[in-house]
Amino acid sequence: MRWLLIKDLQILRRSPLIVALLIVYPVALGVLIGFALSADNSKPRVAFLNEIPETEQLQIGSGGSGEIDPAQAREQLCSRVECVDVDSRAEAEQKVTDGDVIAALILPPDLLDKLRSLASLNPQEPKVEVLVNQDDPVKASLVDDRIQALITEANLLLSQRISDEAANYLDLLIKGGEFSLPVVGSFDVLGLQQAGRILHAVGGQLPRGSPAREAVARVTRFADLARQNLDFALPLLGAVAEPISVDKQVVAGNTSELDTFAIAVAAAVTLMFVTVLLVAGSLALEREENAFARITRGLVGTTGLLVEKLLLGIVASIAVTLLLLAALTPLVSIDWGRAPLILAAIVVGGAAFAAFGAAIGALTREVRASSLLAFMISLPIAFLSLVPSGTVSGGVFDVIRVVRALFPFDPALDALQGALDSAGPDVVTALVHLLAVAVAYAVISRVALRRFA
Amino acid sequence: MSGHERDGAAAIEARGLSKSFDGRAALRDVSFTARAGELLAVIGPNGAGKTTLLSILAGIRGADAGTLSVPGEVGWVPQGAALYRRLTVAENLRLFARLERVADVEGGVERMLEQARLAERRDDQVATLSGGNQQRVNIAIGLLSEPAVLLLDEPSTGLDPRQRARLWEFVLDLAGAGTTVIYSTHHLHEAERYGSRLLVLADGERVFDGTSAELHAAVGGGEHDFESAFVAFLRERGH
Repeated sequence: MRWLLIKDLQILRRSPLIVALLIVYPVALGVLIGFALSADNSKPRVAFLNEIPETEQLQIGSGGSGEIDPAQAREQLCSRVECVDVDSRAEAEQKVTDGDVIAALILPPDLLDKLRSLASLNPQEPKVEVLVNQDDPVKASLVDDRIQALITEANLLLSQRISDEAANYLDLLIKGGEFSLPVVGSFDVLGLQQAGRILHAVGGQLPRGSPAREAVARVTRFADLARQNLDFALPLLGAVAEPISVDKQVVAGNTSELDTFAIAVAAAVTLMFVTVLLVAGSLALEREENAFARITRGLVGTTGLLVEKLLLGIVASIAVTLLLLAALTPLVSIDWGRAPLILAAIVVGGAAFAAFGAAIGALTREVRASSLLAFMISLPIAFLSLVPSGTVSGGVFDVIRVVRALFPFDPALDALQGALDSAGPDVVTALVHLLAVAVAYAVISRVALRRFA
Repeated sequence: MSGHERDGAAAIEARGLSKSFDGRAALRDVSFTARAGELLAVIGPNGAGKTTLLSILAGIRGADAGTLSVPGEVGWVPQGAALYRRLTVAENLRLFARLERVADVEGGVERMLEQARLAERRDDQVATLSGGNQQRVNIAIGLLSEPAVLLLDEPSTGLDPRQRARLWEFVLDLAGAGTTVIYSTHHLHEAERYGSRLLVLADGERVFDGTSAELHAAVGGGEHDFESAFVAFLRERGH
């Protein structure tokens, strides 16, 4: 059997174009997918043009805490996007047109004046300008979502500051303290707590039956009631600033890092194309070369030949997938401490893909037909395996899950993901699934080989 | 039993071979014996069962009924070159020598390169060889295990007249050295010229076993050429 394996490797060595296609194409495909998925989509680049004069400050209310530090505000706004500072509107437009950034956010010079006017008798609507390049529907949708999120972030920042300032006023009203106004100057505010205590003391000093005693008691009760209700108002103000907060709990699925998922997808795609195409083509080649009957005529046997092809697939899987992971190592973080698990995922995944390829090769019996069929089946299966739950109806997703389970891509993706990251899917379950798939396709291949000669 | 089966030691003996595919009989009770050094041509119309008979003799297919006795090794050369075109001549020979478990692999390769007169082309990829040379490599592989019986399925198909002549020169040398050669062919003149005996199959049955002269005589001899005699023979027997 090893001589057949050596023979296949010799044939591969003599076919540089096929070797190049088998290695370069899937590796390039895998790396591209890896880049596409691992690109930091959570922080898209947005050009940021601030036309507000540097000397201007935004003060919400009269207290010191109401002042918004522009640098801090910018930092907060840019926590969700990568802000790219530009110096002019023309530069912002150019960056958007060139695709350097998904959008440009322009803060006009009068933005702070209009924001301040919100607290006046003549409020004006503050506006920011957004430049976008919606050259395709997917990008348009992405830009809309990101910009909306950015504006929501800005509005939230302002509303939090306004709520904080309102809470300070309420606190002053309840507890009392010093308050200053620009023209009037500083003065002392008594506060409802202190007022209640004074009224209570005054009421205690009035003679019993005095009409004033009852009036003071009523004012005292009112002061207590007002203080208690205003105490409730403080958390309400906080709630108004951010009415809904999120408490995310994972009830299903093991989620690894996006980078790990991207690596797993790249590796699984590479593994699939190289192994399926190689094994399907190699088996079909035995028939095209008219050598199948000669080899299996008691020399190696049909099962022996099938096992040799599976070994060829596994050898190719290990070589190409490790090559891909090595190529990705400078770009993304790979935990090589988990190498044994990674190797196990590659070997068992390779065996399953090889068995699948053998079934295609045995059924088609021609190299070109097997390559075509391998592409036609593998590509849609890979795409189906990447469809997230919830994006299609329940019934359709159930069908997709069944289809996924019948082919090696989905369990191979799970196995690779779990091998690369402990937070990923369970590796053992995925490996068992892969072994079952491998055995099933090996049986199909063996049956199909009966009419192969 | 024909007179030809009585002379010399049998290199291969088939008795009552039958084979059906999906209920259709491809071979019906075919019996024959071939002696050492004999050149047995298997001829017949399309669908007569020639390839089925050779594949049963080669052990590729099992017979549904009948017995086959082969004291020695059987080499098989399938129709069309069964070679790896990306490998060199020597690599092909070496691969099949190892698969055949030839004791002295390199010795066997050298012997076959000499016998097939391909020593100078040993390092050439098979894809670069002419059809005739490819067929010689194809036959050389069948001879690696030094078989007592060599089965050739349509060996001259696709070869030009000069390549065919060289091929038959090679095959005659083999028979001269004592190898029993059983070959199927559509070229009746090859059967008449090179076959020391003819086995005629029609609709899966053996309808004739003898020399070309005996087949001539069976249809009255005289002015018939061999092809005419063959056609007349089949027509007389309802085929």
